[in-house]
Order: sequence, then structure tokens, then C-alpha cells
Amino acid sequence: MSALGTPLLTVRDLHTYLATVQGVVRAVDGVSFTVHEAEVLGIVGESGCGKTVTCRTIMGLMPARSVHTEGEVIYHPRGEGSLLGASEDVMRTVRGAHLAMIFQDPMTALNPVLNIGDQLIEAVRAHDRCSAAEARTRAISLLDRVGIPAASRRMRDYPFQFSGGMLQRALIAIALASSPRLLLADEPTTSLDVIIQDQILCLLLELQRDTGMSMILVSHDLAVISEMCDKIIVMYAGQVVEEGTAADVISAPRHPYTHALLEALPQAEQRGQLRNISGSPPSLINVPGGCRFAPRCQFATPECLNWETTLVAAGERDHAARCWRHQEIAEGQEAWQRSDSASA
Amino acid sequence: MSAMWAASPSELLMRAATKAAGRQRSVVRRRFTLIIGLVMLAIAIAAAVLAPLLVSQSPTAIDVLHPLSPPLTSGHLLGTDQYGRDLLARILYAGRIDLAIAFGATSVTLVGGTMIGLVAGYVGGKVDSFLMRLVDLFFAFPFLVLIIAIIAMLGPSTFNLFIAIWITSWVSYARIMRAQTVVAKKQQYVLAARALGYSPVRVMFRHILPNTASTVIIFSMVDAVGNIILAASLGFLGLGVQPPTPEWGSMISDGQNYILTSWWLATLPGLAVVFVGVAFSLIGDGLADVLRAGDR
Repeated sequence: MSALGTPLLTVRDLHTYLATVQGVVRAVDGVSFTVHEAEVLGIVGESGCGKTVTCRTIMGLMPARSVHTEGEVIYHPRGEGSLLGASEDVMRTVRGAHLAMIFQDPMTALNPVLNIGDQLIEAVRAHDRCSAAEARTRAISLLDRVGIPAASRRMRDYPFQFSGGMLQRALIAIALASSPRLLLADEPTTSLDVIIQDQILCLLLELQRDTGMSMILVSHDLAVISEMCDKIIVMYAGQVVEEGTAADVISAPRHPYTHALLEALPQAEQRGQLRNISGSPPSLINVPGGCRFAPRCQFATPECLNWETTLVAAGERDHAARCWRHQEIAEGQEAWQRSDSASA
Repeated sequence: MSAMWAASPSELLMRAATKAAGRQRSVVRRRFTLIIGLVMLAIAIAAAVLAPLLVSQSPTAIDVLHPLSPPLTSGHLLGTDQYGRDLLARILYAGRIDLAIAFGATSVTLVGGTMIGLVAGYVGGKVDSFLMRLVDLFFAFPFLVLIIAIIAMLGPSTFNLFIAIWITSWVSYARIMRAQTVVAKKQQYVLAARALGYSPVRVMFRHILPNTASTVIIFSMVDAVGNIILAASLGFLGLGVQPPTPEWGSMISDGQNYILTSWWLATLPGLAVVFVGVAFSLIGDGLADVLRAGDR
């Protein structure tokens, strides 16, 4: 499925710098990727590596005054112009109708003083001037579609009467109200428990397949990403450190960070201390030269701290990693896997 | 001891929950303050509106033969003032003007100030800076001095009193609303509304305003009391409503010369101010309870 369709959204060399009192935060530093029609792209990385800022920059939701953006965000159905330079009026026609976004915390993403039905009807009518009655019918069917029982009765409920999982369902319904071509799901299940998380993710995938829309799924959970996505981007400190098809990235990681993330996944049959990645991501105000992951990397050599890194092709099918030793990492992994199976 | 063991933990929990449900049910008790305030205000409004039906005397009819009659004199329930005018009639007719000031002056500043604060907070940048510096400018002057200066320029009259309050009082609302909007703007539901492609006007009025209006509405109740007292103060200074039209402040002002011999002249209009002031304060408190409870 991946990389075969026509491109829908191309992000080229995206930089988002935030001006703060402490200094300039290089939240997103040269990110490029393409989402094709009907494709699910996963963006994975730990907190503060620029995933959310990437999404918000694409949507044009970063405050213009304190934020400097560079690069190109091209939404192909609207021609080859970049959305980054587009006026707020143009962005308003794109948002909701073409690109929709769902947020991390469903508890706060709905207006607390308006009932669910009103908010849904508002979303339906935002980009389509239909009658109030028709909007209501469509709103109920949307609510029904996302699996809220007794949808027409729950329309009158206020957000505080919904549970977290139901709120996220309602938010998905609202996001899909104008049939967007691309849905940006920014950690849609982070604040939900695992059972609900699974339900919501299944729902998202189902809706994506039914409508043929594309999706960018942001998560810090590599397990979720690997199950849901066609293509994976691994971000670290505002940069893409590895990209490729889900199968390639998961089975043959080429970057030590991806490698470490995979090792950190808890295994059911494994007891004792969980593996972790020591240290924390660098401050994005004073970004160290050389490889940004080097201080935490178990494979790092003195050269890694000095050499500027670039994304280099590694393996097949557009697999790329930001590590000059990616070959060794891949080989090391094979060796490690061999020794692992030998000992077992 | 045995009784304590007889109740299982789940029974105890049920009992506590039932009690809590009982408290929830008594919505009337929770809104007690608001209801009392509204009733008091309704009485004040009814008394002012129905003044011609309640008293037969004109508030301006002078009776030089019966000045300074004490309350409960036949024909004058609350007595008469230094010109023999019926005090009850004067207090009721004065209520028309004072309540008009409370509503007319306050509603305009409430709406105007709220809009300005909303736009400043949401749009931000130069618009925000300009509007907030304007607010600072108004705050920099002593409030009463500014009002007096405006009335002195326009000439003392009831309408000019309104104008003076409109010009000066919106600033508090603007500042409160701006602060509320700046906070609300960063909330996820506002971001979500923008992500759906809603226009700024829609985001401001449908999503931010209902979530932030409670604060300014509650403040407006306090401000309404303030405006009555302001009108009274200006009347006291002779800058408000002009004689012989009755107005509580000017009545208190006139009565002060007789405070040692005829206490009712200043005291009774003063009590009227207190009555309406307490009514608005109770409404403000009650609204705060109700609106904040609904915020959950």
C-alpha cells in the first residue's frame, strides 16, 4: 500500500523555531516527509522531540508572532503552493475541510459550555451550507458511526457527561464532519487506558479505510505505531532520525535511537528491570553539534560528537537513517538477534 | 459498637451517597442568594415603576405649610422634606432614575468593555497593545475626577451622567475580559475550533465568550451598585440629576443640613441605596455560585 499512491501532502525541510525568553527553541529542525493518498504515516519519538509542533505547523496553528517557520508544506490537491506562507483566510478553508486534527487530551478539546450535538452540528455546517435539520441528521449519523450508543439522545449531553473514550470518539466525529482528506491524530490515545486506546485506534483505522483518507498518527508508543502505520518516521530532537516502511523500521532499525526504543518496549515473557534509554533529550535551545543522539548512544564514537549528520539511504524501499554507522548498527542487530536466539 | 458492625462498608457508602444526592437536589438552597437578590431587585423595580399607583402625591409638589414632618404623619408615611414634599413619593420616583443608571449605564459598559477586551485578547499584537494602553490611560486618572471633568465639560444632566459613565467605566470590563480571553485562547477547545477552520468571529463569540462571560457578568453586578453610588455621589456634589427631579444622592446631600433635627431626610434615601446595593450584591454572589457550578 505504501509509497504507491499519489502524494497528498509533502513537507519539505520544515523548520519551526520558537522565540522564548530563554532563547530560540529549534523545535522542528529540517523535517521532510510525504504522505500519499490513503496512507497512514506514523511519527514516533519521546516527549519534546517536535511531533506536536510539526502537526501544528502543518495546520498553521502556531502563534505567528513568536514563531518562525521555514520550509514548504504542500497540499497537492490545492496546487504546488506552500501552506506555510498562505494567509489566514486561505488556511481557514483548508483546515477542517481538507486537513483535520484531533488532539491529545479529549477532556479539554471540546467546549465545556456547548453540548455535543451543537458542536457537531457546527462542525458539519462549517464548510457546507446545509439546512439545520440536515446537519442534525448528519451529526447523529456521525456520532453513531464513531460508536456512541443512543446517538440522538447523547446529542444533548455536555462534554462533562461523557467519559474520556467517548469524548475522543465525539472529537473524531467532529474532525470527520467535513470529510477531510488528511487527519492528523496527535497522540489521540495518550490520556486513555489501554482497552479504550485499542478501541479508538481500531476505530481510526476502520474510518481511514472506509473513507480512503490519509492519516498522520503521532505517538510515543512504537508498538501502536508499528501496528497502525504503513510508513514510520522516528523523530529525535526536532529531526527525523529514521524513516521507512513500518516493517523495515521495526524489523531492521538502522538508527541507534530506534534500536533503543525497540529494546525499551516491555516484553510479556521478560521479567525484571525494563530497559531504558539513559539520559534525556538535549535542550533544543543550545543544540549540541554533531549527532544529537550521540550523548545517549551506546554505539557513539568520539567522531559522532563532531560530525554533522544527514539522513542517508540505508537498506531498501526508501529506508533512511541519520547515522553514519547505520550499516554497523544493522549488522550489530543481526548479530545481537542471533546471540539472543542462541541463548534462548 | 454492634450497630457499627451491622452496617457494611457498602451500606455506609450508600448512605453517604444518598445524603450527597439530597444536597444536590436542593438546587433552590444553592441558589438561595440569587433568588433573594432577584426578589429584592424586583421589589425595587416594581416600586419605582408603579410609583404613581403607590403614592398619590407628586414628588415635586411643594407644601410650605408642612415642612420637615416626621415619618408616620398623617398623609405622609415617611414624612416630608424641608419644602414639605412627600418623602415616600420622592424616594420611589428617585428609584426610577437610579435604577435606570444602574441598568442603562452598566449594560452599555458591560457589552462595550467585554467586546473590546475580547478582541484585544484574541487578536493580540498591536491592537491589543493599543487598546490596553488606552485602558491604562483611563486607569491612570482618578476615576471620580475624570467623571467630574467630563460632566463639567458637557454640563450636568442625567444623560451627560450616562455619557460620563460610558466613557470611563468600560475599561474594567475590557481589562478583565482581555485577561480571560488570553487564558482561554490557549485552551485546547479553542485550538480545536481553529483547527476546524472556524472564523475568528465564530471562535471569539461562540467558543471563548460563553466560557469567560461569567466573570464580567458577576463584576457588572458589583459595578451596577458602584454606578448607583457614583450617581448618588455626583448628585451629592450637584453634578448629577438636577433639582427638583428626585434622586437618592441629591436627597441625601440636601438632607445632611437637617441630619441633627430631621434625621429621616438623609437616612431614608440612604436606606434605599443600601437596599438596591444589597440586592445587586446578592445577585452577583448568587450568579457567581450558579455560573461557576455550571462551568464543570
